Amino acid sequence: MKEEKDYIKEISEIRSMMERSSKFLSLSGWAGIMAGIYALVGVYVADSYFGFNPQEISDRGGIGLNIILLATVVLIFAIFTAILLSYKRAGKREEKLWNSTTRRLVINMAVPLISGGVVILILASKGLVGLIAPLTMIFYGLALFNVSGITIKEIKGLGINQIILGLIGLYFVEYGLLLWALGFGVAHILYGIVMYFKYERG
Amino acid sequence: MKTFTDRLHKAFESRVRLGIMSALAVNDTLDFNALKEYLDITDGNLASHIKALEKEEFIGVEKTFIGKKPNTRYFTTKIGREAFNQHLEALESIVKSRKL
Repeated sequence: MKEEKDYIKEISEIRSMMERSSKFLSLSGWAGIMAGIYALVGVYVADSYFGFNPQEISDRGGIGLNIILLATVVLIFAIFTAILLSYKRAGKREEKLWNSTTRRLVINMAVPLISGGVVILILASKGLVGLIAPLTMIFYGLALFNVSGITIKEIKGLGINQIILGLIGLYFVEYGLLLWALGFGVAHILYGIVMYFKYERG
Repeated sequence: MKTFTDRLHKAFESRVRLGIMSALAVNDTLDFNALKEYLDITDGNLASHIKALEKEEFIGVEKTFIGKKPNTRYFTTKIGREAFNQHLEALESIVKSRKL
């Protein structure tokens, strides 16, 4: 006859399988913290060294290659860090990172992100550089909101924050870069810290 | 107490089968590879457990094509869901009764 601890173990195994087959839980708070730091460094470089801080929606100066390169580097660093940390965390949980749940997460994020990326590139090519920062936040926020059902629930709040800051930035274009630093920088770091203390410590 | 343990379903004695049912309980359908990834077992092992659950009519099979590739997806049947829920309730009752 089985003992009580066997039954408890069976229940916890069922619960764990239900969780990991429906939710992506390998997200590390450190990924958020690091992404926020990269974003703040990016904003600092863009503002201080490249003098990028559009005051109007349409800036005749257009957008320099250096800004596009800088944004790409920040994005690659953030994504690479998130993948690496998730990989480590999945290993700790004795799970594989790349499974059906992860694929679902990537697809659900990719649709709003790629649509937004194309919109932003088109607008930037027409000289509407003041819209870039707020629109990246809005589309990123929509992508997060879209996957909040299949990952840890804090992602929903982070997504809504990005959308709101993006909408404010769209109206007050001159504060676009500052709001971007708040959203991509400070909000990522704060949510990352909360996630770390809630799910990872101990 | 005997009545509780009697309600545990024989088909769920295997951890793999219980795992398959748990994963399918929270997903509309899953394909063979998705189940394999979640359970981390060999093709042959998974196939035999799937067959056993099919035989009990706890899971159903849906065969479609993605392009030219065949894609087999599995889902729980009504009988399967009821049996799984009963098994869960029985497990919880056992644990609760022994805590008293």
